[in-house]
Amino acid sequence: MRGWAARIGLGLTVLVLLMALSAGWLFPRDPLGLAGRPLQWPGDNARFWLGTDNSGRDIAAQIFHGARVSLLIGASATAIALVIGTGIGALAGYYGGWVDDVLMRVTEAFQTLPNFLLLLVLVAVFGSDIRTVTVAIGLVSWPASARLTRAEFLTLRNRDFVAGCRTLGMGDAAIMLREILPNALPPLIVYASVVMAGAILLESALAFLGLSDPNIASWGNLIGRGRGVLRTQWFVSAIPGAAILLTVLAVSLLGQGVNDALNPRLRRPRA
Amino acid sequence: MTDGLAVEDLSVGLPPGADRPLALSQVSLHVRPGEVLCLVGESGSGKSMLASAVLRLLPPGVGVTGGRVLLAGQDLLPLPEADMRRIRGAQIGMVFQDASTALNPLHRVGDQVAEPFRTHTGLSRAAVRARVLDLLDQVGLPDPAGAARAYPHQLSGGQRQRVGIAAALALEPGVLIADEPTTALDVTTQAQVLALLRGLQRRRGTALLFITHDFGVVAEIADRVAVLQRGVVVEQGAAADVLNRPAHPYTRALIAAIPPLAPAPPRPVSADAVLSTAGLTKTYGARRWGGRKAVRALDGVSITLPRGATLGVVGESGSGKSTLARVLLRLLPPDAGTVRLDGADLLRLPARAAAKRIGMVFQDPYASLNPRRRVGELVAQGPMVHGMARGPAMARARELLALVALDPSAADRFPHEFSGGQRQRIALARALALEPAVLVADEPVSALDVSVQAQVLALLAGLRDRLGLSMVFVTHDLRVAGRICDRVAVMHRGRVVEEGTAEAVFLHPQHEYTRALLAAVPGRGWTPPALAPSLVAEPLVS
Repeated sequence: MRGWAARIGLGLTVLVLLMALSAGWLFPRDPLGLAGRPLQWPGDNARFWLGTDNSGRDIAAQIFHGARVSLLIGASATAIALVIGTGIGALAGYYGGWVDDVLMRVTEAFQTLPNFLLLLVLVAVFGSDIRTVTVAIGLVSWPASARLTRAEFLTLRNRDFVAGCRTLGMGDAAIMLREILPNALPPLIVYASVVMAGAILLESALAFLGLSDPNIASWGNLIGRGRGVLRTQWFVSAIPGAAILLTVLAVSLLGQGVNDALNPRLRRPRA
Repeated sequence: MTDGLAVEDLSVGLPPGADRPLALSQVSLHVRPGEVLCLVGESGSGKSMLASAVLRLLPPGVGVTGGRVLLAGQDLLPLPEADMRRIRGAQIGMVFQDASTALNPLHRVGDQVAEPFRTHTGLSRAAVRARVLDLLDQVGLPDPAGAARAYPHQLSGGQRQRVGIAAALALEPGVLIADEPTTALDVTTQAQVLALLRGLQRRRGTALLFITHDFGVVAEIADRVAVLQRGVVVEQGAAADVLNRPAHPYTRALIAAIPPLAPAPPRPVSADAVLSTAGLTKTYGARRWGGRKAVRALDGVSITLPRGATLGVVGESGSGKSTLARVLLRLLPPDAGTVRLDGADLLRLPARAAAKRIGMVFQDPYASLNPRRRVGELVAQGPMVHGMARGPAMARARELLALVALDPSAADRFPHEFSGGQRQRIALARALALEPAVLVADEPVSALDVSVQAQVLALLAGLRDRLGLSMVFVTHDLRVAGRICDRVAVMHRGRVVEEGTAEAVFLHPQHEYTRALLAAVPGRGWTPPALAPSLVAEPLVS
C-alpha cells in the first residue's frame, strides 16, 4: 500500500486497534465505576491523565474501552449491511427483469427514509441492548451497497467469461458466487470502509441522544454525558469527539488506500 | 531544408518496468508531400507512439530521449508548447482509429468540424459554415447540411470516420497522420474510406503517414512502406519492393503469415449433417413502449454443418453472425426456428446436456477468461461442472493444455500472464474439455496479430484433423475464412444470402453481396509472394 493517506489511515487504525486490545490490561477496573472526584481537568491528577467526567469516571478508561465498542459495532454492523446488500444487489443485477424491479423498489423504500430516523424507530421498538443496536445499524446501512453490487453485476453478467461459464453448463448460483462475485468485490471492500465509518457515527449519535445501551462505555455515551457541562468542562465531550473523528478518518483513509491498491489502472499503467 | 515530415533518429523512452527500455529506437522516416508512407507493425511495435511523439502528445512517463522531428525543416521538439498548439490541427492533421470516441458525443458534427477554424482562424461564422459544408461534401457525405446538424451517434461508423477525416483536413494541413483509420470499419466501408483518403491526399498533395497493422491495406494505399518491429524500423522502401521482395526476415515472416484470398484445398466432407438449423429468427429491440426500431438479427436462417467439416459464417457487423453463434450456444433464445444436433432438438435439451455437446471460443481472449482463476482451473471447470472429480479434471486439463501446444505448467498461472494468442489457446482447451460434438468459434483470431493468427489457425486446423472436430467458424475476414473453412455461408442483414463450398463461394460467387464483399477485401490485387514459411514461433510460455 502506497501513498501518505493510506499510511496515515493504516497507522491510525492500528492505534485504535491497540487501544481496544490493551483496554482490559491498562484499565482492568470497570470503566463505568466511580474512580474519583468528578470533573477533574486533564493533567490535574496524575491518575486520570484525561480527567474525569461528571459522574467521577475515568475518561481515559472510557476512551480505551469505548474503542472496543466502536470497532465491534462498526465491524459487525458493516458485516450485516454488506451481507444483506450484496445478496440483494447480486440477485437484482444478475437476474434483472421483475426480480430487479421488486428488489430495487424495496431498496429505494429504505433509501428514501432517513436512516437515522429508521434507526430511532427500530431502537424504540426493539430496545437499546448493544446487540439490538448493532443489528439495527446494519439493517439501515445496506441499501447503498446493494446498489453498488447491482451495478457491478449488471456489467459483469454480460462479460464473455460469464457467457463462457454458461456454455459449460454452469448453474446460476455457481456463476454468481464463484465467477462474478470475486470480480465485483474490490469496490465493495472499499465501500465497506464508508459503511463502517457511518456505523460508528450512527452509534455515537444514538448514544448522544441517550438511546444507545447505557451499560457500556461507548464514546457516544460519554459525549452525551458531557453535554450538560459543555460550556465549562468541554473536555468531557471533546475528547471522545476527537476519538470518533480520528477513527472515522482512519477507516476512510484506509478505504481510499485499499481502493488505490485494488484499482488496476493505478497499479499498472498500460502503454 | 526538407519538405513534408521527417523523423530523424528519434528515440522514445518507456518508464522503468516496461517490456523494453525504448518504445522507439533511432527511428528515421521521411514523408514527402504527395506521398503515402505506411508504417506497419504488430501490436506493441510502437507505431502509435510515433504519432504521439510527432504531435508531442506522449503519455506521462514516456519521453523523447533523442532525435529530431522536422516539419518543413523546422524541428518541433524544442518548440514552446504554445507554438506546438498552433501546429497541431493546422499544419499536422490527425485521424484516429475509432471515430466514435474521437468525436465528442454531445456536440453536433458541424461544430466539431468547425472547431479547427475557430481555434486557428478568424473567419466569420458564415464563412466557417460554408467551409464545413464544403468539407463534409468533399468527404462524400450524401447530405452535408443534414450531417452537420447530426450528433455523432446518428451517423454510421463509416460516416463518423469521414467526419474525422473532414476535421483533420479542415485547415489543409501539409501533413496528415492517420492511425489505423479503417481498422474499426467493415470491409466494404473500409474500401470506401481508403479510396476517399487516397483521393483527397492526391488532390491536395498532402504528405500522409498511414499507420496500420494490415498488409492488405498497405497494398491498397502505400507509396512507400516502413516496417516497425519492437521500436526499430527493420525495413523501409518502395511499396512494390517491400510487398513483393521483402528483405528482412521479420517482414518475410509477417507477409508469409497473411492468408491468401483463396479457398483452402478442398477436403472430403461427410454427407451426414452433425448440426443443422431451420428458420432461426431473432428480433432485437421490440420494446413494449419504446420508440426503438426492431432489428431483425436473424431472419429465417437455415445452415447445415457436415460432420467433421468447418462451416464459415461470414458477414459484416450487424449481419447477425454473432447472434447466430449465441443462439447455437443457447446464450440467447431465438424467436422461432429449430436447431438439430446429432438428431436431438438442441433448443429443447436441458441446459446442462446441451452445454456438454456444443462448445464455444469467443473473440476477445482478454474478456472470455475469468481473470481471478488459474488456467488449470479454467480448463478443468467444464468437466467439474459435469461431475468429474477435481483430481482427474486437473490431470485432464494438463493434457488439454499440451494438446493446444502450451506447457502444462501453465495450469498454475493466471490468464494475465499470457499473450493474446496463448490465451486463445487456453480458451480453446477450455472449450474442448467437454469433448463437444460441435465447436462454435466467434471471430477467434480477430483480436490477434497476423503472425499469431496464423499459428492459432494452424492449431485449429491440426486439431480439427486429429480429433475430427466439426466447427462453426464465425468471421468477418474472408482471408481467414478461406484458410480454414470447407463450406462458407455469407450473411447479410440477418439472412444467409449464399451458402456453398469455399471454392464455389470464393471463385464463383453467385450473390451480388458476396461479390461486393470479395471486391472490398484490401489488397485483393496483390498476391503475397510465396515465401518459405520461416515463422518465428511464439514462445510457448512467456
